[in-house]
Order: sequence, then structure tokens, then C-alpha cells
Amino acid sequence: MPTLVPPALRAPRYRVHQRAIWLWATRAAAGWIAVLAVEVLVLIVGEHDIAGWHYAVVAATAALALAHVTVMPQWRYRVHRWELTEQAAYTQSGWFVQERRIAPVARIQTVDVHRGPFEQVFRLANVTLTTASAAGPLKIHGLDAATANHIVEDITARIRAADGDAT
Amino acid sequence: MLIIHPVVELARALPALVGLLLAGQGSGHGARWSLIASVLVAGAGTLRYFTTRFRVTPAQIQLRHGLLRRRTVAARLDRVRSVDITAHPLHRALGLSRVVIGTGTSDRKGHPALTLDGLRVADAARLRDELLHRRPAATADDETELLRLPASWVRYAPFTLSGAVTALAIAGFAWRLISEAHVNPNRFGPLHTIERHLITAPLWQDVVELVAATIAFVAVASTAGYVLAFWNFRLTRHSGGTLHVTRGLITARATSIEESRLRGAELSEPLLLRAVGGARTLAITTGLRVGRGAERGGTMLMPPGPRAAAVRIAAEVVGAAAPFTAPLLPHGRRATRRRYTRAVGCSMAFAAAAALIWWLAGIALWSWLIVALVVPLSVPLAADRAASLGHALVGDYLVTRRGSLVRRRAVLASAGVIGVNVRCSMFQRRAGLVTLTSTAAAGRQGYRVQDVPTAEAVRIADTLLPGLLSDFIN
Repeated sequence: MPTLVPPALRAPRYRVHQRAIWLWATRAAAGWIAVLAVEVLVLIVGEHDIAGWHYAVVAATAALALAHVTVMPQWRYRVHRWELTEQAAYTQSGWFVQERRIAPVARIQTVDVHRGPFEQVFRLANVTLTTASAAGPLKIHGLDAATANHIVEDITARIRAADGDAT
Repeated sequence: MLIIHPVVELARALPALVGLLLAGQGSGHGARWSLIASVLVAGAGTLRYFTTRFRVTPAQIQLRHGLLRRRTVAARLDRVRSVDITAHPLHRALGLSRVVIGTGTSDRKGHPALTLDGLRVADAARLRDELLHRRPAATADDETELLRLPASWVRYAPFTLSGAVTALAIAGFAWRLISEAHVNPNRFGPLHTIERHLITAPLWQDVVELVAATIAFVAVASTAGYVLAFWNFRLTRHSGGTLHVTRGLITARATSIEESRLRGAELSEPLLLRAVGGARTLAITTGLRVGRGAERGGTMLMPPGPRAAAVRIAAEVVGAAAPFTAPLLPHGRRATRRRYTRAVGCSMAFAAAAALIWWLAGIALWSWLIVALVVPLSVPLAADRAASLGHALVGDYLVTRRGSLVRRRAVLASAGVIGVNVRCSMFQRRAGLVTLTSTAAAGRQGYRVQDVPTAEAVRIADTLLPGLLSDFIN
């Protein structure tokens, strides 16, 4: 008898490192501080002709920034997941818009580890798995360095064994 | 052969040289500086010719150029996916052509394509045969003609709107000329007459006349563009396993696509062309760029023409007719509702933003009403977008169709699918829909099945990538 439950994809198994929450919060805060700095500068420099709505814009920006910096990282941490099986690499990312990407390990062409300034502060790393398609790199953000290196070694060993990349 | 680089460089530097001439006018040395610059540019072109070498080894094609900074670009022969031969008027006058070799990765950012400029026509053809068939051209090659463009298809040209770009460019250029060079349009006799006429005639007559003139100009420019680009269009299949496209009135162009790298085809129907029963066919293949003006990238297998012919060509090239004619599964009521909320919502937001700007800047209300016309227009747009939405799995092919202003039906072989991306926003999640993208190394790199019910998306992904998802489905 056919099942009545429609087939559904389950989420990938592993979460990224918990420090990623702080990484995302810091990065978002840095961006908002830059925006707020410009707005405050305009308030200070443009002495005359400051209407009430100038203050309203600054207040709205601050409120939006606070909401973004507190909510987004938590939300994102709950979404970002990854999993590697014998055949497939599977990632889930995003927060408001979420995306799951699946690619066969045999079709992975390059494995990159990237650590930006913020990642270095929090001792985290991003892993990017690219295939021959420009539309489908699988990105895992906010892994701790040891896990990232482990993934790279694992996949490098496996793609060496495979051939053919569907180009 | 020797002359092409200096002359091409000179032509490319012409705007800069004219600028130099104009800038120097003030100091009185304009002509002298321009001459010196011309000599330098021509010298650089000559140098490039002397320092460029290429060779074809059994395994690789290598291109080396540069004097101070030598650079060698090499590509494996088994990586060559397509060869594109272009001859601009200057090339043709000198019996030369430019060869662009497409490999799997060279068409992406950061990887310069292999370009050999200034090859003799016969050499270019020989190189193409060597690269694609890995054998000298001397051996006989059977050729089947799939399409020779009938002259009567020019009737579809005015509906391609390619002339609109030309019209915009000319309008922009004229505007710049008037505003920056302080040319007074009243000084030209015919323009002066037109202006006098527009001032004296009633407003409605002005509007009707201007619209008619614009339509006439766009139609003529589109037809001219069609003839220039697609004159002598021929699509042939060669026994060596390649498809050849040759075309062009003034700039001759020949594109060769390796058939084993062809991953499908796309029927594209811009709104106006669709209204008169027309369509065009594009190839989905690695090594040829799709995107800004597909005809520029050379993936065009059939220029705008009758829809039935477009379907026939696509079916013949892909080797399966069913994917292009089979009925598609609609995406249901919730996907339809999303088309309406998105189209109407976006147009209302746009009109509201315009209203705010108009109000702040104190612009007349009637001009805002013209902008606000997008709101009622968005309703039929949404209806058409909803009607376009569909997908199917036919044999080994994924068929997906979407869009209204340009409706595209893409047929992608499952062998060409690398992976899948399943994307859903908060709103989509609530409606139980996702957007499934099958990623590929060919064509647009990813083909979207938009707003499909989640369960159906999983079924499609599972069929495209057999066995891969079994661990993740519960």
C-alpha cells in the first residue's frame, strides 16, 4: 500500500559550530555600525536644517539593526547544517530564504577553505565545494578549523578516485 | 594577417583618440597628441602580432603571448567543447577570421577564453576540424542540412524588438550630444520643422504621431538587425558529430558545437514574438555562453521564426520530440496565487515609491498616473506567468517552462544534471512550495522549476539524481 505521507527531504545531520552565532552577529553589527556612523555624521555636520524625521531615520535604523543583530544569528544557526555521505554532499543555509543543495561527491571539482578576518578572530572556517556548474557551489559557513580540514581531506581523497564531471 | 592587430587596436581605441583630439583642441596640440597615440596603439598591435604564437600538440592547444609578461594559455584538446569563427568586415576584406575556442571552464569569469585573432579563413576551418574531430580536414565529411533560413521569416523580425535597443542607444546618444556638446537641435532644418509641427498640433495628435514614429523606427531597426545577424543562416549536422551554424551579412560567423556535449535545447518566446506565433531555439551546451543577447554567444540554433519550425529544429538537434510537445504539469493554485501577489505587490510598491518621489519633488500628478499604469498591467502579466508555469519529466529529460515577457521552455538531459538546489522563502514555506534548480555545466548553469509543491520537487530531484537522495528522504 502506498504511503500517504508525501516524500520529504530531511535536514542535513550536522550543525555548524556554535561560535558562528557570534561571528554572524559581529559581522552584522559591523555593517550596521558603519551605516549608523554615516547617519550620525550627517546629523552632526549638517547643523542647520535638521528636521524631526532625521532623528526618526536614525532611530528606525538603530531599531532595525538591533532586531537584525539579535534575531538573525540565532535563526541562521538553527538553519545552517551540512552532511557528507558516501555519494553525496548536502548543505542547508540561509534564514529568511533557505536553500538546500545536493551534489554528488564524484562531481565535486574543487574544495576551498576560506578564513576571512572575522573567521580568524572566532577560529572558524568556511568550506566551498564547487562543481562544474556555476550555479551550484555548496558552501558550509562557520565550521571549526578541525572539521573544515577533515572535510577537505575526506573529499579530496574521494574525488581523486572518481572521474567524469558532466561537462 | 600582419595588419589585423594594429588596425583592430586602432579601431578599438578610436573613441579615446577622438577624445584626445577634442581635449587637445584647447591647447592647440590635439592633432599631434592624437597622432602620437595612434602610432603607439598601432605599435602595440603589431607587437601583439609578433609575440603571439599558438600550437596544437596531440594533447593540448597552447597560446602564448606578451612581450614583457609572457603568458601561456593551454587547454586540453578533449576539453574543447565548441569553436566559434567570427569575421568582421575588416577581417573579411583581408580574408581573415577570429577563432574563439570554448572549453568547459574558459567561459567563466577569470578564465580568459582561447582567442586566436587574424587567422586565414582556410587555416581557421582546418583548426576547427582538427580541434573538434581530432583529425585533419582532408577526410570527407558528410553534412546534413537541418535548416536554411527562408527569406520569408524576415516577417518575424519586427517582433523581436532587437531594434528597441538601437533606438534607445540613438536616443541616449542624441541626448548626450544636446546636453553636453550644447548642440541646439533647432539649428537643423528638419528637426526645426518637426518641433514647429509638434507645438502647433493638439496634444493627442502629438502623442499618436510620436508613438507611431517610435514603433516604425523600432520595426525598421529590428528588421535591419535581423538581416545583418541572420542572413545566410544555416544549421548543419556533420558526420564527425558536430553541429555547425553559419550566419551573418556583414560580420560572418560560424559556430561549431560538439554534439556529445549538447545537453538539451531551449525554446524561447518573447511576448511579442509569441503573439504572432513565433519562437527561437537555443542550444544548451557547455563552452558557449548564454545570457546577454544569446545570439552574441552563438548558442542560437534557430533565429526567430515560426514556432512549429523551432520545435522541429529543437527536436531534431536533441534527438527527441516528446519533451518539446508533451503537456506540462501545472503548479497548482498556490503557485498561481503567488504570481498575483508578487506581480501586483511589486507594481504597487513601485507606484507607491513613485508617488512619494513625485509628491516630494512636486511633479505633476498626471505624469504619476502614467507610471501607475503598471498596477493594472501587472494583473494580465501575473495571469500569463501563472499559465506559463509548468514542468514535466519526459524520458531522460527535465522540461521546465516559466516566464511571460520571455517565456522559456528548457529541455535538459538528466545526464547533464550535476546537482539540485532547493530554495524556499518564508512565504513559499507557508504555501508549501519550493523552487528547484537543477544545476548543470551547460547553458544557463541552472534550470529552475519555480514554485513547485515540495513533494513533487523531491520526486523530480530523486528522478534526476537516482539513488543520491535516498539517504535524505524520510
